[in-house]
Amino acid sequence: MLAMLIALAAAAIVFNILSHGLFLSPRNLWNLAVQTSVVGIISTGMVLVIVSRNIDLSVGSLESFLGISGAFLQLQVLHIGAPNTWWAGILFVVVLGGLCGALQGAITAYLGLPSFVVTLAGLMAWRAVAWLVTRGETVTPLDSTYSLFGDGSIGVAWSWVVGAAIVLIVAALALNRRVSRSRVGFGNRQWWLDLAGIALVAAVVFAFVATMNAYTYPRSVVGRGIPVPVLTLIVIVGIMSCLATMTRFGRYIYGYGGNPEAAQLAGVPTKRVVTIAFAIVGVLTGVGAVVTTARLNAAPLSIGQLLELQVIAACVIGGTSLTGGSGSIFGAIVGATLIQSLLNGLVLLGVDSATQQIVEALVLLAAVWFDIIYQRRGA
Amino acid sequence: MTQGPPLVEMRGIHKRFGGVHAIQNMHLTLYPGEVLGLLGHNGAGKSTLMKILAGAYTLDTGEILVSGSPVQILSPRDSKRVGIETIYQTLALADNLSAVANIFFGREIVNAFGMLDEARMERDAISVIRRLNPNFQNFHALVGGLSGGQRQAVAIARTLQFNAKIIIMDEPTAALGPQETRMVGDLIRQLKAEGIGIIMISHDLHDVFDLSDRVTVMKNGRHVWTGHVAETTKDQVLEMIILGKVPDGSYAPGMTSDFG
Repeated sequence: MLAMLIALAAAAIVFNILSHGLFLSPRNLWNLAVQTSVVGIISTGMVLVIVSRNIDLSVGSLESFLGISGAFLQLQVLHIGAPNTWWAGILFVVVLGGLCGALQGAITAYLGLPSFVVTLAGLMAWRAVAWLVTRGETVTPLDSTYSLFGDGSIGVAWSWVVGAAIVLIVAALALNRRVSRSRVGFGNRQWWLDLAGIALVAAVVFAFVATMNAYTYPRSVVGRGIPVPVLTLIVIVGIMSCLATMTRFGRYIYGYGGNPEAAQLAGVPTKRVVTIAFAIVGVLTGVGAVVTTARLNAAPLSIGQLLELQVIAACVIGGTSLTGGSGSIFGAIVGATLIQSLLNGLVLLGVDSATQQIVEALVLLAAVWFDIIYQRRGA
Repeated sequence: MTQGPPLVEMRGIHKRFGGVHAIQNMHLTLYPGEVLGLLGHNGAGKSTLMKILAGAYTLDTGEILVSGSPVQILSPRDSKRVGIETIYQTLALADNLSAVANIFFGREIVNAFGMLDEARMERDAISVIRRLNPNFQNFHALVGGLSGGQRQAVAIARTLQFNAKIIIMDEPTAALGPQETRMVGDLIRQLKAEGIGIIMISHDLHDVFDLSDRVTVMKNGRHVWTGHVAETTKDQVLEMIILGKVPDGSYAPGMTSDFG
């Protein structure tokens, strides 16, 4: 993990020098954060699927189907500009995503088909279903409130509030840990260690908020603040980290990934747990579809191409083992940020899209190579 | 030792896997505070019979009674619910979780908000595991990195944590060194004294004669003989295991067919 953070810092410095300071400008970092959000959001769920010794190859294709279905609903059933359109559209896409994910998970868990095959079928089918919905036509324009989820931002003041809230939550968790340990008669580590940890988090969070606030609207001094897609990513990272490390469900996913037979013998409802993991990826793919279509203010058939591979690569670069049992959500976010930084940096340097795809391919190879290195180190 | 109603009674158990009749008309009884040695060759059906009791397999026909009342065991959860805990030969531990997480795996303590209560689980895990091994330290290390004896201690601690009435041990000492084997022996005697019934599957006749009160011998998925260890000898038991020949010189039902 530390290696990945160092790689990220090195990439940032190199790109910044080569682009004459463009890479680390507030404007570019703001854009980079938005570009990272979709891959980051979905990768938090993909980590759990991979930890459970499965894979989900369908997310790119599913994003296209969900995006088009949601847009179709907005235009044909709800009405653009009506007060309920934005949230009903989002709810529909997210629920539909959950159902599609649960279907693939249930086929994997209850019928015993390999998830590789089930979601490969999903990869082939979902985009075709999307084509059938609109006969391949791009759906546009979308509701203007809905569009804020793609290109809106929350302003300077709210950004500071969000930053403060994150720091407070981290501090509350540290305090809760101390209290619950004291309650059962355990000692605690030195208080200043906890305090130093919180201070580090606060420094990173406030630097991030300051950067987002430093990117102003054209011809004005008003800062934009945290983009809505990035706020969405932050909330999802919080929920998913809690799910993975603080709940039974998370414990079952990791235990099942470590030893499926042991989980079954321990009475863990393994099939249900695996199905839920796929349903979560489906929900998050729905969120990704909302962000993507809202940002484009359109739902073309072509969204989400190779998205599954970017998401899987983000997980693996972030330390998730493809053989299951280990991986973290924080790691996946670092992985997603690293991939997007490379792509973003190449765009800044004027590299053409063909070369970008080759770099993406190399990043994927490097990711699997890292996985092998991690395993060897573990063995 | 064999007073009171049986803790476990299995009657007329049948189990088929496809065309293979793995268990035929098998019966077995376990009393409180006794160790029952379950003996037989590889493939005699011992592990299958115990997996039925543990809920890992479901029986085709037959009856299981716990403390005199009939119970339905369709899953590992059902088995644990009636007070049966199982230590598998493979130990069935998740190597990527800590000792504490393994002990509570499947039965985690949660707080009022449904979140894992790590501090309480750690406190309880420490007290139960220290009963087995006072020197145990690595509560937060991943179980995959522990020694054979420490892994065994974690697997046993998992059964003690939940106040089992009945413990099934599949080859409890197979992977252990002499000192650790002695530790497991001491533990089994201690559990017996607490009134827990133990079914011990073992290949090691020495262990069985040392620790068991009674033995049940199986061959080809059938019952051969059950009796007190004092009523028999190791040689006789070997004859039962290999030939299905009981101490009075006759063959158990279904055994002679093997010889034409």
